[in-house]
Amino acid sequence: MARLTDDNVAIAIEIISRYPRRKSALIPLLHLAQEQDGWVTDDAMAHIAELVEVTPAEVLGTCTFYEMFKRHPVGKNQVNICHGIACHLLGAEDLLHHAEDSLGVKAGAITDDGMFSIEGVECIAACTEAPCLQVNYRYVNKVTNESFDELVTGLRSGEMYVPGHGTLALTRQHIPDGKGAGILPPEDGEEPVWITRQVAEAVADEAAAGETAETAAT
Amino acid sequence: MTDTIDTTTTSGPKNVPKIISSRFEQLDGHTIEGYTRTGGYEALRSALDMTSQEVHDEVRAASLLGRGGAGFPAGVKWGFCPADKWPRYLVVNGDESEPGTYKDRLLLERDPHQLIEGCLIACYAMGLSQCFLYVRGEMAHAQERIATALNEAYDAGFIGKNILGTDFSVDIVLHWGAGAYIVGEETALIESLEGNRGMPRLKPPFFPAAVGLYGQPTIVNNVETLANLPWIITNSAASFTELGFENSKGTRLFAVSGHVNNPGVFEVEFGVTTFRDIIYNDDLAGGIRDGNTLKAYIPGGASAIWFFEEHLDLPLEKTIVDKAGSMLGSGAIVVMDDTTDMVKACHNVVRFFARESCGKCTPCREGTTWLERILSRILEGQGRPSDINMLLDVCENISPGLAWPPKQTTICPLGPSAVSPIISAVNRFRPEFEAYITLADRTNIPVVSA
Repeated sequence: MARLTDDNVAIAIEIISRYPRRKSALIPLLHLAQEQDGWVTDDAMAHIAELVEVTPAEVLGTCTFYEMFKRHPVGKNQVNICHGIACHLLGAEDLLHHAEDSLGVKAGAITDDGMFSIEGVECIAACTEAPCLQVNYRYVNKVTNESFDELVTGLRSGEMYVPGHGTLALTRQHIPDGKGAGILPPEDGEEPVWITRQVAEAVADEAAAGETAETAAT
Repeated sequence: MTDTIDTTTTSGPKNVPKIISSRFEQLDGHTIEGYTRTGGYEALRSALDMTSQEVHDEVRAASLLGRGGAGFPAGVKWGFCPADKWPRYLVVNGDESEPGTYKDRLLLERDPHQLIEGCLIACYAMGLSQCFLYVRGEMAHAQERIATALNEAYDAGFIGKNILGTDFSVDIVLHWGAGAYIVGEETALIESLEGNRGMPRLKPPFFPAAVGLYGQPTIVNNVETLANLPWIITNSAASFTELGFENSKGTRLFAVSGHVNNPGVFEVEFGVTTFRDIIYNDDLAGGIRDGNTLKAYIPGGASAIWFFEEHLDLPLEKTIVDKAGSMLGSGAIVVMDDTTDMVKACHNVVRFFARESCGKCTPCREGTTWLERILSRILEGQGRPSDINMLLDVCENISPGLAWPPKQTTICPLGPSAVSPIISAVNRFRPEFEAYITLADRTNIPVVSA
């Protein structure tokens, strides 16, 4: 149970600074908490509430809506087996049953060694690679029972490595100092400068065209 | 471990220009070097030499239909922004999660700069102050590619303050979701981006262009829609409209999955290629697996009414497919051969909608849940003779008249989407449902296959 570390608070502050409203950073910060602890703890949610200036209840409200946020520990490798229609047609249910038998746990549970938890999930957008799965949101395509077992062995032995549950992109967006356009909150109702300039130019062009027409008439 | 090698076929007919998938097979297509070497960011330079109005007019002239599902013309949608309300925002819908749909992820992973350039063109044309690029939470690799591409583009001066030395300035911010199909609905997407539960907003106002993010005018466009913009600016709207048929111009990505020999994502000419072409041609999906025959196919994502043999010669054209009683939706074609158990397939799709209902509207929350439960008990051999009519009755309460396009008793179309697989399967394969209920020997079911 942990609040965000100092390093993560620094990342959180940078994320918040990119939005016109602090609360918009809520989902990215919940991901940050999950990256830190592997799941979303109560303390982290309370800390996020302070950072984005909403109540902890609002953080919980958003957190519980989204499937990816786990409110309890999961295995070191969260295996999401797709059972969307394309994978279903190519044997996803059999694969899920094989995974349950092979790991000795039901979908939703964690293996005794804490290495794996499995879940049947909805379409993960790899339909031409069916049946497919994700380990901590990294794709494994065209999975067979045999390749599933090899995957499990590889992850157990450490021959294969996947970043821990909660870690998404390994690269973060960073807007270099002085290079950003800056945020424009809704209350600063300003027309962008290039639009203002173009409108002024159009008016000037029209006036000039009018003058030319007048000169031509006289 | 990174993702396992993605062998997705992305080729397609040779005679059609690759408008959006030209860098799919290029190994460094996702890097700024690979992108600029192949003409990248030239469209942005061209756009900046035009006025914003001229860029908007060009996009309108291309009659580029939205590629997310509803198929609304992008140029027209942009025009709904009130003239004097500022700031305006751009929200990119990259929350691709309609079952069977697999195209935006490829665009995000393999050609992120093309999308970024499209966003910049849209922002310049419409005077948008900030762009939020919403990528589905589960797509870690796509987020990584986009984050890297954004960092590269900031360093190169393509994004940020005074882009390419002009007075045009805009920030693009990578935002990501956390697993909720409903967030693909544009007002739910905005709610999610505001840090809330992703539930669709009450309509009217119908378009976020009027009232959107933080109550401001907001343009919400799909990834594929925006990815078309660099080509349109470089090659002109006239070249774009030379491709396609009737209302469907340009090319489009279609993902063909299920029981085909060569599942893949193909860029084909919009409105011209037929379902028969895309399912059977050797350079496309290559026909039904194992020499089996076609039983049914979903023409446009799980929300669409299913099609059969008799629809094979319809072109992939929005208006024609709409008139035939279904939709092209998100460009996802899922093929089922004659070995498919239609009750199981129907249950699979309905379960998806039941799980993904956000719970805001009663007919959807309760209706989809009951549909799933009734189908479950039929599959488990506990079905009652009255169950088939009960399924249709529940459907009727979610979508009165069971018409197409569906009428809805809900704020968004998710509820009526769960009706599509049921009326498709029950109307065509009713004996399969009855056999489960009467516990008949299922090997002898008279399949009313086309």
